[in-house]
Amino acid sequence: MSEQSAKERFLAQFERVSQHEDALAPLRRDALARFRELGLPTRHQEDWKYTSVRQIEQNDFELPADTLEIPDDLARREGVPGLDAARLVFVNGRYSESLSHTEGLPDGVSVRSLAQAIGEAPERVREDIARQSGLDFSGFTALNTAFVEDGAVLEVAANTAVENPIELLFLSVAGDQSRYVFHPRVLIRMGQGAEATVLEHHAGVNGASNFNNAVTEITLDDQARLEHYRIQRESTAGFHIGSVHVDQGRASRYVNHNINLGGALVRNDINSRLSDVEAEAVFNGLYLVSNKQHVDNHTCVDHASPHTYSDELYKGVLDGKGKAVFNGRVKVHPDAQKIEAHQKNDNLLLSKLAEIDTKPELEIYADDVICSHGATVGQIDRGALFYLRSRGIDEAKARDLLTYAFAESVIERMPLAAVREWLEGLVVNRISGEGLLDDLETEGE
Amino acid sequence: MLKIENLKVRVEGKEILNGVNLEVKPGEVHAIMGPNGSGKSTLAHILAGRGDYEVVEGKATWHGQDLLEMEPEERAYAGLFLAFQYPVEIPGVNNVYLLKAALNAIRENRGEEPIDSADFLALVKEKMKLMGMDEAFIRRSVNEGFSGGEKKRNEIFQMLVLEPTLAVLDETDSGLDIDALKIVAQGINKLRSDDRAFVMVTHYQRLLDYVEPDFVHVLSGGRIAKSGDKNLAVELEKHGYDWIEKEATSA
Repeated sequence: MSEQSAKERFLAQFERVSQHEDALAPLRRDALARFRELGLPTRHQEDWKYTSVRQIEQNDFELPADTLEIPDDLARREGVPGLDAARLVFVNGRYSESLSHTEGLPDGVSVRSLAQAIGEAPERVREDIARQSGLDFSGFTALNTAFVEDGAVLEVAANTAVENPIELLFLSVAGDQSRYVFHPRVLIRMGQGAEATVLEHHAGVNGASNFNNAVTEITLDDQARLEHYRIQRESTAGFHIGSVHVDQGRASRYVNHNINLGGALVRNDINSRLSDVEAEAVFNGLYLVSNKQHVDNHTCVDHASPHTYSDELYKGVLDGKGKAVFNGRVKVHPDAQKIEAHQKNDNLLLSKLAEIDTKPELEIYADDVICSHGATVGQIDRGALFYLRSRGIDEAKARDLLTYAFAESVIERMPLAAVREWLEGLVVNRISGEGLLDDLETEGE
Repeated sequence: MLKIENLKVRVEGKEILNGVNLEVKPGEVHAIMGPNGSGKSTLAHILAGRGDYEVVEGKATWHGQDLLEMEPEERAYAGLFLAFQYPVEIPGVNNVYLLKAALNAIRENRGEEPIDSADFLALVKEKMKLMGMDEAFIRRSVNEGFSGGEKKRNEIFQMLVLEPTLAVLDETDSGLDIDALKIVAQGINKLRSDDRAFVMVTHYQRLLDYVEPDFVHVLSGGRIAKSGDKNLAVELEKHGYDWIEKEATSA
């Protein structure tokens, strides 16, 4: 361990790398200055009360030098199987053209790497980047902007419907000796009435203990619709700090499926601003934590306009010494009348040492609104357990089955069948290592 | 097959059963009647293996084996089935999956092969038809959003598929309209045979018009206060339970 603090190491890292003197250079320098002020969050900050980033501070992370060569079939193996999708693959934050395929997308859709977009139209990128997250969201966002270089840029023109999903696969691959840090940035701009499905898929390979510091910014013009799957499967030694910042226009619809299966230390911030009337945000979330995993989900729906709607369901299964945090903020502006906001967080604790900190946070400044929220923390339902056992399902299997059913109710909300089936399989494996639920797949939908 | 001797049971410190004696032989249908709070449902649950009670005295044996020592699933393997008064809703667990897993678990314990998928589907369809159930129903989650009648019907449907040797029916008739009651009774009668037995816990005589019992017992104050044939049920319907309670206390 070096004498320097983590903050000093990141600052020194910035000085060491040769800076591209492109149109984004001033932005990067401003962001670095902001990071210098903010540093990494501490538990003294209300938003980080239950999550310590000490594990990140205690490690030395290097910026990956060049794209790692990885076997061709790795991307195929790690991506969602059986999904008919255009796929952009990133290895430790860097776009890999050879592993990606983007053919078959309709006219009006542009998807490319951020590095390419910066090379081709830096001014345009400059315009889009850091519009909503700003530089001051947190030290981590500032850090991402300071090191911004690669990622994905998706633009869907007005009234264009992209039928096939687009998968952005971020592979975190272990180096020979080093732990890496990377700061991928995803920019999505949906024109008026545009429709698309995007899978932002983070997967750790071979036990990689890298630090993935990801930021996604999304703009939905009027009546645009986006289904955004955010699937986090870092390896159990991996660190993942991710945030999503959405700005929604009139009558737009944004759906976020935030699935967390991996990671040693994970923090997600999912934020949407409903900027104009009839905008709707749906947040679905699932987290499975066991052993010593720590997963923190902070969400915020900002009802900035009247007649806006939000619905949120987060469920967690906690085992071993797993820890999770859920903080769901709903903000209703003074003139945002006639809004409707619903929020629910249910947790299933399977062990005595597991821990959940759950908190709804309602800031309502309008008086004619419909808001509901609720949080539950419980164990396997004894009545249901007895019912299953009385039918001949042994106790271990009945427990696995009830746990699976609890988690599955979030997966069920996903429109893509290929993603559902794949995730169901992953969840079954996580919940029932002994193969007690192997017969589940034989009966499906 | 089932023998209960002087069974005394406490639930949450309160004595609910106070010396129950009952013997059930293959081929018999027993009705257990009684006023609310007499311990009828407790008895049914104890037979199925619910854990939250304390046996103070007495015993229950199943073919000579200590029934109370057996886990709920072991009782299912041994051929016991409880139709619940309040079947539990289990969102996310599909009906057909539960039934197949249950049937295969029971078969496995008897040293039989898992059932062939096509055979299983044919079996399920046959029994569903018998119970007047829609096929979409089976693809839904266990009891989720079912009406009271649908839940009861589903219990009997499960019983028909699992073919237990002793079925304990806990107020399966309550909350059913007359058409549903007839269907449920038909399901029970379909399974009646010389090697199977039924214990029907009920508050009313109505079900017994359609499923004729060999014995009727009145549970009162935690013990069987009176036993008789089906005519006892008719009498109870006419005169209520009061006279039995009086008879029991004066005896």
